[in-house]
Amino acid sequence: MTGKRRLHQQISAHNPGKIAVSDSVLSIRGLSKAFGGLKVLTDISLEVSQGEFITLLGPSGCGKTTLLRLVAGFEKPDRGSVYLDGVDISSLPPEKRQVNTVFQSYALFPHMTVAANVAFGLELKGFRGRELNDRVNQALDQVRMRELADRYPGRLSGGQQQRVAIARAVVNTPRVLLLDEPLSALDARLRRDMQIELKRLQRELGIAFILVTHDQDEALSMSDRVVVMQDSRIAQIGTPREVYEDPANLYVARFIGDINLFPGTVIGRNGKNELQVQIFDRRVLARSDKALQPGQLVQLLLRPEDLRLTEDAAEKVPFFWGSIMERSYRGSTLDTTIHLDAGPVVRACEFFDEDDPDFDYRVGERVKVSWVQGWEVVLPDEDPTH
Amino acid sequence: MKILRTKTAVIGLICGWLLLFGVVPILMLLTSSFLSQDAAGFYRLPFSLHSYRQLFLDPGYLEVMLRSLKLAALTTLICLSAGYPFAWFTARFSKRQRLVILILLMIPFWTNSLVRTYAIRMVLGTHGLLNKLLLATGLIDSPLRLLYTDTAVLLGLFYLMLPFMILPLYANLEKLDYRLVEAAHDLGAGPLQIFRRVIVPLSLPGIFAGCIMVFVPTMGLFYVASLLGGARQLLIGNLIQQQFLNARNWPLGSATSVMLILLMTVMLAGYALIMRRLTARGQRS
Repeated sequence: MTGKRRLHQQISAHNPGKIAVSDSVLSIRGLSKAFGGLKVLTDISLEVSQGEFITLLGPSGCGKTTLLRLVAGFEKPDRGSVYLDGVDISSLPPEKRQVNTVFQSYALFPHMTVAANVAFGLELKGFRGRELNDRVNQALDQVRMRELADRYPGRLSGGQQQRVAIARAVVNTPRVLLLDEPLSALDARLRRDMQIELKRLQRELGIAFILVTHDQDEALSMSDRVVVMQDSRIAQIGTPREVYEDPANLYVARFIGDINLFPGTVIGRNGKNELQVQIFDRRVLARSDKALQPGQLVQLLLRPEDLRLTEDAAEKVPFFWGSIMERSYRGSTLDTTIHLDAGPVVRACEFFDEDDPDFDYRVGERVKVSWVQGWEVVLPDEDPTH
Repeated sequence: MKILRTKTAVIGLICGWLLLFGVVPILMLLTSSFLSQDAAGFYRLPFSLHSYRQLFLDPGYLEVMLRSLKLAALTTLICLSAGYPFAWFTARFSKRQRLVILILLMIPFWTNSLVRTYAIRMVLGTHGLLNKLLLATGLIDSPLRLLYTDTAVLLGLFYLMLPFMILPLYANLEKLDYRLVEAAHDLGAGPLQIFRRVIVPLSLPGIFAGCIMVFVPTMGLFYVASLLGGARQLLIGNLIQQQFLNARNWPLGSATSVMLILLMTVMLAGYALIMRRLTARGQRS
């Protein structure tokens, strides 16, 4: 944990999250879509580079699957355009787009063998005989399904069907591969394996992947960039570190990972990157370059792993008194729930270290809760009910 | 114990019913087909193969057989080509619309099909509705001869049998996973290729079921041919009817019935075999 340095201290310099348009393979510009008056997508813009792994992350109903279907061509946008290699494909039917989809339900053709499923797209492109066979076998090798080439999908397990669905899509060498919650039907262990395999496959193929998921762990561990969606809009686009360590708003902060919120008020600014914030009965200095005005209600955000529990107040860092509610040993980490005297309940997560003198906290014991200075994030409070 | 006794009673009742109204009549039919004709009574001894010899050696009977097969096949084909799009679009409608369409499809069943065949006569007759309409609009000068034609028989059979094609097709197409159609689109297939390579293969069970349900009864629908086609339209059903009621040749009528039953059995067995094959390859898992 000591090696960790907050990303937002480095961000402003090189402005990541923006990709030069020249190497973008897919370009989504100002896309909007409504179903019967209900807005599903509002002004969505996104650039995807060659070989990039993008995840669309959000709860169900946020529009992420609709966005995927617009790129695939199953829906037509109300406004905006989709460009593939600089060409507007918005009005093309799905069969004319160099984009393939791995469906959530896999949608394998039940009346065809595994090999015939994979060959389907190639046959339509005019491949025959030896070359068709070679390509099908190569794709089946890539997903390690060559031995089961003659089976029918009805006789395959969920994980095997998943592999066939991936092979059937990538064999067409699409410019972009779309994956609609492809791992959601698999059990946790198989899902971890498939995440690793998907990453490997994507590296090998060098194709841009856009994966839809509601699983934040999946999004963080697999993507080059995460697109967090909220109520038909993009809430934030960034690398996994950016969305985790420097969330754009409270929604993103809450959706990705665990978060502790400390409500406060801005007192004033100390130079360019530092704010004075009143939290409960204390004034603390917080790092922030956001345009926040004195008097504005804010939330100070700290991840569980940012919190430190101490008994001695020798260090000259701000802290809050609290008492331990619960302590659970989780192997590599030790999780603690603390009821602060000021009201809120917070969670701390520390690496397990049996030599640590603070290791033996008991329930009810009083502790000081501080945090690693500079790792805090200050965001305007969006929800007045706090 | 009590449940067991009830179960035995119910099974016994069903078996008794089938024995009395299924097995016994067929055995009687089979027996009488091997007896000799009796002008006075129904039939008499001795046993003979005369009726079957007549059936197979007289080119007239063979012709009736072939014509019946041809007409049934044609009816099935027309019902399939009209019923398939009907079933497809019905399956794509909203739940409410589907219900309305299915009810409309069922309503004619409330009227006896013999009565409905008479209704067709009233439409197609020389002074029927259709001729009157055509005369009134000035499209024709003199009434068309529509009744007592092959077309009239075909039309009648088509009208009566269409629902039997649509319902099994609809039941199948309604279950078709539309995501498979999207997947085929995604992989580069146009509408025609999707129809040929995805929709048709997946709806084969419905197609076979519909064809059997139209083909088999059509072979025996004698009154449609006699009411709409007149005396010339001799089909296998008419033949049976004539032998029993007019010619009073019961052994020949029985032999013809036995042949018809055999033909249907072979077709149903073939259907069962095809369905087993389709299921075995994991299609419907």
